[in-house]
Amino acid sequence: MAVAEIPRDPRAGVIPDVDPVEYRPSLVTGNPGFHGVTEAVARPVEWQPPIGWYAVLAVSLSMLGLFGVAIAWLMWEGVGIWGNQVPVAWGWPIVNFVFWVGIGHAGTLISAVLFLVRQRWRTSINRAAEAMTLFAVACALTFPGIHTGRPWLDYWMMPVPNQMAMWPQFRSPLMWDVFAVSIYGLVSLLFWYLGLIPDLATMRDRAKSRARQLAYGLFALGWRGSARHWLHYERSYLLLAGLATPLVLSVHSVVSFDFAVSQLPGWHTTIFPPYFVAGAIFSGLAMVITLMVVCRVAFRLEHLVTLLHFDRMAKLILATGSMVGLAYATEFFIAWYSGNQYELFAFLNRASGPYAWAYWIMVSCNVLSPQLFWWKRARTSIPILFAVSILVNIGMWFERFVIVITSQHRDFLPSMWDYFVPTFWDVATLLGSFGLFFTLFTLFVRFVPMVAMSELKGVLPEAHAHGVGPDAHPGRLAGAGHG
Amino acid sequence: MAETGVWGALAEFGTPGALLEASRRVRTAGYRHFDAHSPFPVHGLERAMGLKRSPVPLFVLVLGLGGAAGGMLLQWWVSTTAYPLVVSGKPLFSWQAFVPVMFECGVLGGALGAVAGFLALCRLPRHHHPLFASAAFERMSDDRFFLSIEARDERFDRESTLRLLSELGSSRVELIESGGD
Repeated sequence: MAVAEIPRDPRAGVIPDVDPVEYRPSLVTGNPGFHGVTEAVARPVEWQPPIGWYAVLAVSLSMLGLFGVAIAWLMWEGVGIWGNQVPVAWGWPIVNFVFWVGIGHAGTLISAVLFLVRQRWRTSINRAAEAMTLFAVACALTFPGIHTGRPWLDYWMMPVPNQMAMWPQFRSPLMWDVFAVSIYGLVSLLFWYLGLIPDLATMRDRAKSRARQLAYGLFALGWRGSARHWLHYERSYLLLAGLATPLVLSVHSVVSFDFAVSQLPGWHTTIFPPYFVAGAIFSGLAMVITLMVVCRVAFRLEHLVTLLHFDRMAKLILATGSMVGLAYATEFFIAWYSGNQYELFAFLNRASGPYAWAYWIMVSCNVLSPQLFWWKRARTSIPILFAVSILVNIGMWFERFVIVITSQHRDFLPSMWDYFVPTFWDVATLLGSFGLFFTLFTLFVRFVPMVAMSELKGVLPEAHAHGVGPDAHPGRLAGAGHG
Repeated sequence: MAETGVWGALAEFGTPGALLEASRRVRTAGYRHFDAHSPFPVHGLERAMGLKRSPVPLFVLVLGLGGAAGGMLLQWWVSTTAYPLVVSGKPLFSWQAFVPVMFECGVLGGALGAVAGFLALCRLPRHHHPLFASAAFERMSDDRFFLSIEARDERFDRESTLRLLSELGSSRVELIESGGD
C-alpha cells in the first residue's frame, strides 16, 4: 500500500501513528521494535526501582499492618467490634466483599472478552488488569472468611468429610458464592500464569544473577518458544478465555443471588444479575485506569500504554456506567409498576430517606461523572481520566453501601428501624484491605513484567511475516522482515 | 545418521519472515525432527512446518464435562445420602438449585484441562534442555528467531545440514552438543 493511502486522523497527536499492515491506529507509538519492547517492559523489573516505589510500598505495608491488627482484634473480640447490628446484620464486610469482587471483574473482561472479540488493544494492559483481578479477589475472599466471626471454622463451607458428619447446604446462594468466587480466583490465576510463561522465559534469559535465573527459570518451566509450544499455548489460551468469559458473567450473577434470592424489598429483584455484572465491569475498568495512569508514568511505559488505550477504556466506562444508570432507573420504575408498597417504600427511602446522601453520591459518581466521556477531549485527558476513575471507584463502593445498608435499616416493623453507623474497626478493615491490594500490586510491578511482552511483539507491524512489503511506509521499516 | 554427542544444529534469523521461509525449505528438504523458536507466535509457521492442530480442546472437553458431572454428583450425594435435609418442602434432589455449582465445577475442570493439556503436550516443565547451552539462544525470548534440527532426524548430517542452514540466510549457525541429555 502506498503511503498516501494511509488515513490520517485530523487530530494527529491524539490518535497515534497508523499501522502500515493492519491499516488501523498503531497500538504502540514510536515503533520500539521487538528489542525495544523487551527493554521497556523489563526495565522496571531489573532496575533499581524509583524512590516513589519504596514510598508507595511503605504506605501500603502500613495499611496492610492495620488490616492485620483489625483482623487480630476481630478474632480476639468477635464481630461485635463492627457496626453490624440487627436490623443491619450485613454491614461493611459484605459491602467491601462485593466492592472487591466487582473490581476483580475487569481483568478477566479485558483479558478474555476483549481477546475473544479480537480487540487487540487489550495487549498493553491485560497483564496488569489480570494481576489487579487476582489481588482484588484475594481482598474479596478475606471478607466472607472473616465476617463469619470464627474464621478457623471456614472449612465448614467446603464439602469435606468432618467429625460432625455435617455437609454444606447446596440450595443456598451463599454456598454457590463460595464455589463461584474461589473458582474464579483459581481460574484467573491459571489464566494469568499461562500468559506469563513466555515473559518469565524472557526474564530468565536476561537474568544476570543466579538467584534471578533460578527464580524466573523455575516458573518459566523451561519454555523454549518452540512452534509446537506456541501452537498448544495459543489453543489453551483461547480456550481459557472462552471458559473465563461465561465464568466472569456467572460470578457476579451468583454474588447478586446472595441478595436477589432473599425476600427483602430492595434486594428481591430479577434485574440484579445483569445490573451487578455491568457495575462490576464498570468499577474494575475504573480501577485499571487509576492504576495504569500512575504506572505508565512511573515506569516510563507511555509509548506502550497510549492514549488510544485510555480512549477505548473510557468508552467502555461510559457504556457500562450508562447501563448502571439505566438499572437504577429501572429499579424505580419496577418499584412503582409492581404496585408493591414495601418495594416502593424501600426505593423512596433510598433516594429520600436518612441515607439519601449516599444514594446521591452513588448517582452522581456513577451515572453523571462518566458522561464526560462523550467528549474525546475528556477521554484522552489524563487528569480527567484519573479524576473520573477515582469518582467511579467511590461511587461503586457507595452503590454496594446503598444496596446492603439501606435495604436493611428499615425493617418491616417501624419499631425495628435503625440508623447504621460504622465503627472505627469497620473503617480500619476497609483501609486495611486497600493495604493488601496495593502491597500485592506494588510487589507485582517490581517483580513481574507488567506488560505482556510476547503478545505486544505479536501486534507490532514487523511481526507480520508477509505484511511489510518494500512499498510500505519507509519510516517504519527499520529491521522489518521480508518474505 | 545420528552422531553421538551432538544434539542437533541451531540457526539464527533476524525476522519472522526469514524463519517462516527457512522452515518451509527445511521441511521441503525432507527433515522431520526440526523446530522453530520465536519470541512470539509467528502465524503461518504451523502450516510451513506441517504441524497438526493442537489436541488441547479434547483435554478441556473431557475435564470440563467431568468437572460438571462431578459437581452434580457431589451435590446429589450430599443432598440425598450424606445429609438429607428437606428445605422449603423441595425434593431432596432439587437439581435446579444445583446448577450454579455444577457450572462452576465444569469451568474449573475445563480450565485445569487447558493448562494440564498445554503442559503435557509441550512436555513441560523441562528445566534442562541442550538448546539452553547456546548463548545465542538467550535472545529467542527477546528479538531473534531460531530454527533447530535434531541429530535424530535421519537426514541429519553435520556438514550438509549446517550448509543448508547457512544457505537459508541464517546469520549464525552452530552445532549443539547433547550434554549428556
